[in-house]
Amino acid sequence: MKLVTDTGIVFVREMRPVIRDPFSLIFSLGQPLVFLALFGPLLTGVPGMEQAAGGSVWQWFVPGILIMIGLFGTSMSGANLLWEMQTGAHERLLVTPLNRAALLVGRALKEIAPLVVQAAIIVVCVMPFGFRLYPLGALAGMLLLAVFGVGIGALSYALAIAAKNREWLFYGVQQTLLFPLLILSGMMLPLESGPGWLRALSNFNPLTYIVDAERALFAGDFSQPSVWQGALAAAVLAAVGLAVGIRSMRGSSG
Amino acid sequence: MIHTKGLTRTFRVKGETVEAVRGVDIDVERGELVAFLGPNGAGKSTSLRMLTTLLPPTSGTATVVGRDVVADPAGVRRRIGYIGQGNGAGHSQRVRDELICQGRSYGMDRTACHARADELLDSLDLRSLAKRTVSNLSGGQRRRLDIALGLMHHPELLFLDEPSTGMDPQNRANLWEHIQQVRENYGTTIFLTTHYLEEADTMAERVMVIDHGRVIADDTSARLKDDLAGDLITITVQDGEEAAQAAQTAERIASPHDVTVEGTAVRLRVTRGEAVLPEYLRALDAGGLKALTAEVRRPTLDDVFLALTGRSLRESGTAEQDGGKA
Ligand SMILES: Nc1ncnc2c1ncn2[C@@H]1O[C@H](COP(=O)(O)OP(=O)(O)O)[C@@H](O)[C@H]1O
Ligand SMILES: [Mg+2]
Repeated sequence: MKLVTDTGIVFVREMRPVIRDPFSLIFSLGQPLVFLALFGPLLTGVPGMEQAAGGSVWQWFVPGILIMIGLFGTSMSGANLLWEMQTGAHERLLVTPLNRAALLVGRALKEIAPLVVQAAIIVVCVMPFGFRLYPLGALAGMLLLAVFGVGIGALSYALAIAAKNREWLFYGVQQTLLFPLLILSGMMLPLESGPGWLRALSNFNPLTYIVDAERALFAGDFSQPSVWQGALAAAVLAAVGLAVGIRSMRGSSG
Repeated sequence: MIHTKGLTRTFRVKGETVEAVRGVDIDVERGELVAFLGPNGAGKSTSLRMLTTLLPPTSGTATVVGRDVVADPAGVRRRIGYIGQGNGAGHSQRVRDELICQGRSYGMDRTACHARADELLDSLDLRSLAKRTVSNLSGGQRRRLDIALGLMHHPELLFLDEPSTGMDPQNRANLWEHIQQVRENYGTTIFLTTHYLEEADTMAERVMVIDHGRVIADDTSARLKDDLAGDLITITVQDGEEAAQAAQTAERIASPHDVTVEGTAVRLRVTRGEAVLPEYLRALDAGGLKALTAEVRRPTLDDVFLALTGRSLRESGTAEQDGGKA
């Protein structure tokens, strides 16, 4: 019970600046929108792309972009904690009786809100260009995105705690992991045409399954095995992220 | 309220062991106001961070408000308030929101949180800033907000780490007054660290002097001064020769801690300087020596620190990096 109340307190505290300043959410959409506007048409021109995408390139590309927003945005969220560790706000919260797990879970849950809002804006933006919306599938896709965001967010917070007072370490690790995870998930380009070793590596990347599932869901197709595989990958990611994050929070000394 | 035995904390830094706190014993009873005085790097914050459950001790034990900091950290946290060395308020948060959040964290209900937040905003002169974002506040305003955050839940024991750092003299005086009031009104036990002599002197009844991780003195400010430093009598005479004679006279009549001659000035440290001085002047007269000027100065805590360590706190207080590794 205390865990729930305390998670609520931390969540509300994290949400306040987001709600007070909604424009920063929209501005941070700049990058993915540029990707969509410039990379999308490029993809359409790639020979054999329509085939690989199994129809509309947008239908294939947009779900990948949603996961990309999730990855970029939430993997950075540890920077806020890093900042609060430097100023002393984190230390203050650690001395309150707030449940340690709640200090992490409340923060991680907050990742969902900006993510879902951004995803909704992207979807609305691409609908005039022939993106077909399957409401039920899209809803499930959003849920998948949310679970994924919680997992990455929690890991990012754990990284921030481990990197305490060493910003370079946080950004170094985060940036180093970002692009391999991105490319090895088939988010931007189909992996089918890549070399065998690359495809083998991508099998170890949980994001590969999540991206595939997101595509199936946004195509309104629940029957593909990638749906449960992706759901499982996201759930495991979130569980591992939260476990690691809570452990780090318990050991944090501000 | 606070009882520690052999409290110790070491850090590993680049393969070297830094002994931040070395076997500190603290006993503070309910209602006391104690200042932990020492230069930068003495181990004040590290001690406080152990007492507030932020850092586990390397060895030794500590009970705070009857709870062991290692066995029952949650029990300790519920009963104390802590104002750390940094800024407790999140920079992207609004002033009033942070206060409410703080109260909620201690399990206060919403109504109580709002009432208490308003009370503190008024008494710490933050009312007009209630809706401001913390990052837009000045250093002094932020520090006042930190104090308000620490007081939200009426803790029975309050820890303050260098509370007045970054404040101007007027704000500092206000803060001291405020802390005294909290104590009078609620009987709050207060344990604060400082490297400002004036702060320890004005605020605390009891001063614990810490240096290089060890408590080297622990008493009321007045007794520390009497026992460790003594009053400083300074007289000046005609010339150096007379000064040497005057110093001899001093050795004979009082039993000074030390006598120094500097040019035509003679300085002696004595207990009860106001009684010694007339006697000394009579003795000089009798010996045919004429004192041109005479004064008695009460010792400061800096004199105490100097007597204890051979260093001045004013100097070592600014040498931050030096305090570190020693
Ligand atoms: N987290 C830490 N890691 C390594 N060394 C530390 C850490 N915290 C404090 N120290 C060292 O311990 C000593 C005491 O520091 P501190 O307790 O902050 O002193 P004070 O608060 O009296 O200025 C210093 O030498 C400081 O460098
Ligand atoms: Mg300190």
